[in-house]
Amino acid sequence: MGTITIDGQAIPFQDGQTLIEAATEAGVYIPHLCHNPEFKPHGSCKLCSVKVNGRVCSACTFPAAEGQEVLNDTDELNEARRMITEMLFVEGNHFCAYCEKSGDCQLQAVGYFLKMTGPRFSYFYPRREVDASHRDILLDRDRCIFCELCVRASRDVDGKNLFAIAGRGIRNHLIVNSASGELEDSGMAVTDKAAHVCPVGAILIKRQAYKVPIGSRTYDERSISEVSLSAEAPVVAAKHD
Amino acid sequence: MNESLEIARNPERLRRVAIDPVSRVEGHGKVTLLLDEHNHIRQVRLHIVEFRGFERFIQGRPYWELPVLVQRLCGICPVSHHLAAGKAIDQLVGVDRLTPSAEKLRRLLHLGQLLQSHALHFFHLASPDLLFGFDSEAGKRNIVGVLEKYPEIGLKGVKMRKYGQEVIRAITGKRVHGSGAIPGGMNKALTKEERDGLLIDLEDVLRWAEEAVALIRQVYLANPDYHHHFAFIRSSFLGLIQDDGALEFYHGGLRAKDEFGRPLFDHIDYREYGDYLHEEVKSWSYMKFPFIVSLGRENGWYRVGPLARINNCDFIATPLAEAARQDFMAQGDGGPVHSTLAFHWARMIEALHCAEGIKELLHDPDILGRDLVVQGEKTTEGIGVIEAPRGTLFHHYRINEEDIVTEANLIVSTTSNNQAMNESIRQVAMRYLDGRELTEGLLNRIEVAIRAYDPCLSCATHALGKMPLWLDLVDADGIVLDHLTRNSDGETAH
Repeated sequence: MGTITIDGQAIPFQDGQTLIEAATEAGVYIPHLCHNPEFKPHGSCKLCSVKVNGRVCSACTFPAAEGQEVLNDTDELNEARRMITEMLFVEGNHFCAYCEKSGDCQLQAVGYFLKMTGPRFSYFYPRREVDASHRDILLDRDRCIFCELCVRASRDVDGKNLFAIAGRGIRNHLIVNSASGELEDSGMAVTDKAAHVCPVGAILIKRQAYKVPIGSRTYDERSISEVSLSAEAPVVAAKHD
Repeated sequence: MNESLEIARNPERLRRVAIDPVSRVEGHGKVTLLLDEHNHIRQVRLHIVEFRGFERFIQGRPYWELPVLVQRLCGICPVSHHLAAGKAIDQLVGVDRLTPSAEKLRRLLHLGQLLQSHALHFFHLASPDLLFGFDSEAGKRNIVGVLEKYPEIGLKGVKMRKYGQEVIRAITGKRVHGSGAIPGGMNKALTKEERDGLLIDLEDVLRWAEEAVALIRQVYLANPDYHHHFAFIRSSFLGLIQDDGALEFYHGGLRAKDEFGRPLFDHIDYREYGDYLHEEVKSWSYMKFPFIVSLGRENGWYRVGPLARINNCDFIATPLAEAARQDFMAQGDGGPVHSTLAFHWARMIEALHCAEGIKELLHDPDILGRDLVVQGEKTTEGIGVIEAPRGTLFHHYRINEEDIVTEANLIVSTTSNNQAMNESIRQVAMRYLDGRELTEGLLNRIEVAIRAYDPCLSCATHALGKMPLWLDLVDADGIVLDHLTRNSDGETAH
């Protein structure tokens, strides 16, 4: 047990907790995409970057320690987060206008939270493949943000190790661990954890699109800070109970 | 007919005048005129210069995205594309008949769409020409001018449109580009509160729609001979029709009548449209030219939209609109009404029918029903056809075993009116422009003829009001003889 401050507010923490876990349990939202408290931290999206005693760190991987002075909700950090979010938008093909994940998408919700209006960068328009071979699951690589939540879920929870990120830099792409490279013969099932953890619309259960009307979707009425804290605080608390 | 004006001989010897862009229409198009040294018209074309490519880039996407994806074709009539695609994907999941509540919700949504689109076109885009005159001051010939001089009429138009959009918002969650149609039904029931909210202004909307019919009737009949002959062409007409011959917007068989009102085909299952309609591609336009197969490539063009629907139907099932239809059809002397400007009159009769139809549906108990989706066995081909505000709209898709779209063909309403618009502006060019020095008012007559069709030229961009215009009159040697500009304030200068 100990105490840190985030933006001047005293926040208690349990031994072994990361900064984002302590913040979440205390009701302080730190924007994030690749972090999900159900899985081992990954530290790749950098959206949760905070300043700890003047140094920039990833809150999802950095351990909380007594007396740390953490800056989170500052103009400088939010501007950096906005820029990172814009990079994610231009790096893939994110057509919110008709995307079935719209209103339920964490990337879109973070964009709104950070008051992003549009990307300042040119779109890459990468060529990415849709894998619709599986009867019940759609893999749309256009929307992948390389958070590796599906990789972690398939490996650590489902025990199937079906996904990986291949390539480097702008040639990054999500690959499927099967003989054909397609989802059809991967052995993935709709009940797999990996089928339900994608924060964007890259992995979707087929034939469910638009069933939830506008107004009732996850982020129609509530911001991602509210949704995230209410969903993740109990998960964090359960770890030390 | 003026088909000879499509392709001029020796065009390199002719002067070219362009109206670019055509203003107060949806989308971007231009008109070119080729004139000889005596200002005689030798060639007239309406060009569609935008390329959209929707038919191509929806290939490779899963079929359930179609209603939400293709509605992005347009910001004015997205609901029409949404519902046409919705009907097509019903077939893809093997559903022939929706639940009563789902079908009535779709019909209500569609009536809201038609009402707002018709109000937008008549009051915002067309009424400045009709109220002020084709030669009136260009700077005031817009909706702002209407609101200044005829505030009551202008405001009525704004409110009618708003009401239609509120119907759309109640059902799809947004006034523009919401979601509603899903495979086999709808995704949300109408709540009692939403229904009661829509009932509040309904009687006003009905009255405004009646007044709009009276207004266009009065304007048209104030100078009947001129209005009758302006841009006059004779044509066949195509549209959906109910089994009993009633006016139909959402679902029915295909009916086509020739220029004398004789049936060419009737109550055709629209899934067989390919046997009756073909499309021709011309090198000078991105818009295709559909034609009725039995009449052939040259003579098979036809008109769709309000004028076609009112001419084609045997009656309208709501009393006020039916009385207005009977009065209107007297203009045809026992046959179809061919006058191009009669489109406006027919459009307002339809708006009145929409208001009456909305009232009927809002009082129907099924409209609050919660049984909204049925399921069936998947197929690989789906064809959805609907009467959009601008006319018959075809969506045709094929998918593979993985649920991915492999083929798409869309015949958008304005496409069907392509040849008719070209014929109308050729008639105007010959009657009013031939041999004369061009003025803004004369050129506006070309645009007035196009506007009567309420074309959605690209189904995407929306041009409104004082669009800048630049006209050069160039002789056969490339020398600029005359020059006409209109700036963004609507002022013209030589």
